[in-house]
Amino acid sequence: MISVYHYMILAAILFAIGTFGVLTRKNTIVIFMCIELMLNSVNLTFIALSRHLGNMDGQIFVFFVMTVAAAEAAVGLALIIAFYRNKESIDVDDFNLLKW
Amino acid sequence: MYNNLWLIPFFPLVGSIINGLLGKKIKNEKVIGSIGTLAIFASFLVACQNFFGLLGSEQKVFQETVASWMTIGNLQVDWGFLLDPLSAVMIMVVTGVGSLIHLYSIGYMHGEVGFYRFFSYLNLFCFSMLMLVLGNNALVMFIGWEGVGLCSYLLIGYYFEKKSAGDAAKKAFVVNRIGDFGFLCGLLTLFWALGSKGVWTLNFVEISENAHLLQSGGLLVTVVTLCFFLGATGKSAQIPLYTWLPDAMEGPTPVSALIHAATMVTAGVYMIGRMNILFAMSPTTMMVVAIVGAATAIFAASIGFAQNDIKRVLAYSTVSQLGYMFLAMGVGAFTAGIFHLMTHAFFKACLFLGSGSVIHGMHHGYHHAHLHDDPQDMRNMGGLAKKMPITYWTFLLSTIAIAGVPLFSAFFSKDEILWWAFGSTRGHWGLWLVGVIAAGMTAFYMFRCVSMTFWGPQKTDPKAKDHIPESPLTITIPLIILAFLAVVGGYVGVPAILGGANHIHHFFEPVFGHAQELYRIEAHGAHATEYALMAISVLVAFAGIGIAIYMYLKKPELPGKFTAAFSGLHRAVFNKWYIDELYDFLFVNPTKKIGTFLWRGFDVCVVDGVVNGTAWVVKGLSAGLRFTQSGFLHNYAAAMVVGVVVIVGYYVFG
Repeated sequence: MISVYHYMILAAILFAIGTFGVLTRKNTIVIFMCIELMLNSVNLTFIALSRHLGNMDGQIFVFFVMTVAAAEAAVGLALIIAFYRNKESIDVDDFNLLKW
Repeated sequence: MYNNLWLIPFFPLVGSIINGLLGKKIKNEKVIGSIGTLAIFASFLVACQNFFGLLGSEQKVFQETVASWMTIGNLQVDWGFLLDPLSAVMIMVVTGVGSLIHLYSIGYMHGEVGFYRFFSYLNLFCFSMLMLVLGNNALVMFIGWEGVGLCSYLLIGYYFEKKSAGDAAKKAFVVNRIGDFGFLCGLLTLFWALGSKGVWTLNFVEISENAHLLQSGGLLVTVVTLCFFLGATGKSAQIPLYTWLPDAMEGPTPVSALIHAATMVTAGVYMIGRMNILFAMSPTTMMVVAIVGAATAIFAASIGFAQNDIKRVLAYSTVSQLGYMFLAMGVGAFTAGIFHLMTHAFFKACLFLGSGSVIHGMHHGYHHAHLHDDPQDMRNMGGLAKKMPITYWTFLLSTIAIAGVPLFSAFFSKDEILWWAFGSTRGHWGLWLVGVIAAGMTAFYMFRCVSMTFWGPQKTDPKAKDHIPESPLTITIPLIILAFLAVVGGYVGVPAILGGANHIHHFFEPVFGHAQELYRIEAHGAHATEYALMAISVLVAFAGIGIAIYMYLKKPELPGKFTAAFSGLHRAVFNKWYIDELYDFLFVNPTKKIGTFLWRGFDVCVVDGVVNGTAWVVKGLSAGLRFTQSGFLHNYAAAMVVGVVVIVGYYVFG
């Protein structure tokens, strides 16, 4: 029987993978995808707990997260294109001008 | 009957706004000049209506409140106007002489670049001056007081592209500020002094009614009146604050006539007249006023001896005549002081406008001959009587009037002052003596001026001498009217011993009578004494005239010999007794030094030091920390993860 704990553990694993990706990968698009992974692990948590607690609030919240994630994807990709036009690269280590 | 006092300052204000905002678009000089002149002429008509209404009325003090200005605690200040004999005479002088000078300016300022600006300022000045004389409380008066100072500044600096004009404007403004400071101190002290007796008021009528609450002759009333008098010395160019007035001649001549001869500089005299009861209460202040007035009269007259600029002679003459007015106020001859103020407005405005007409003609001649000589230098004039007959005759009549020749206006007013200086309970024969000597000096330097300008051979450059025309009608008509007034203006105050009724004395009775009666200020003496004094002053006047004509017409080489013999004295007089240099040394340069010190020492070191020091300290403290801002995305992300782990860990396990 799959209980709410399984969902939670899966979500935690997904979040950890996403975090690890953000911290280690250099390709901006990959980092971006990792962030999406983290968002979706949170969504999973919301839905699982919503079902478990019998409260619809969490599911409604997921819709908002998805909307914001869609907007964020659009803006993020646009930024990546802008970066690429400037530097011929999408390696995050190349974007280090804003520092002390 | 009196329900339209507010219209009197209102018309010039409207004229000023129209010319100031739209003048640049109107461009047409005739339209601009007409707006300005009609605005002040409309005020003159309303002033006439009120003046004659007052003459025929039993009620001599009338107040009109337009609106409430502010109410603070027990203090109620209104936009209120006060009509009594004193302000009635002042509004007649301001609007009447003002109208003529506006008309004159149309001709005189023809072709100037800032024509509209000039008329806007001139109307604004008339507005301020009328607020000053009509205000029924000290705050409205103060607005006018500051307003005329501002307009004086703007108009002296009218030719602002000339450095000397800009400097003169600044000097006038700064020196006036010193006086205004005194005025304000006096006002606040008076307000507090009366308030502590339970009367919180700034209204002149109420101040007069409650003045008895203060101790007569006490320290407080002396301090208050001395502060007010400091204000008066600034505005009315008395020792020690007179130095700005001769420099103010940098302004256009109509400005000199209106502001620096006929109206604004008499504001101090008017103010003492308005507060006469307070001054009467303090014999000490009265004595100071009389001594300063007499000293200024003789001191300024002495400088007038050696000036070659026609307008500067008139400027020192103005300072000297203002000294006379203060002498009158100081010996309690309030009526005579205002009387002299009025006659002086007529003849001095006429003299200034006449000098303006001469300058206009000389300028025309030089312009024709493509010369750049100084058109104001009397040494280049002479013999202009034939070239400019109207200007000559009006100038001559006014000169005779100012010299104190019998039957002309200043004879009556000046003699009244001298009689009071001698015979008043607050007078002294020494004051009289100084006054008589100054009168003789006045006659001398004024006839010196006429001799050098209009009589004798013409000393103008030959190329220019035949191209000096008489001025146009807009200039000569005001001259004729003012000369007429300068001649007959004295007949409102023919003294009793000459068979006159001294109308002006009775007219001013409601304003000054109370204080004079209460503090026993009166002139007394035998008729014989009065006749004798009159004879002496007439003789002195004729002596002054005679010497001037002898020296500058019959024996033109005499002045040269005289200055050669007394070269040191001449240099001192010519350089105005080095008073400007003395003030520079005593006040201006130390002030500049303090300013430089505050700039270099305080501002740069202390203020900037604190500001920059704060920045340096912050920079130093953050020197290590700023390297955490590495620019690498991964560092930031790692920091966030660590942070989240720590916070969550704290809540979960903490």
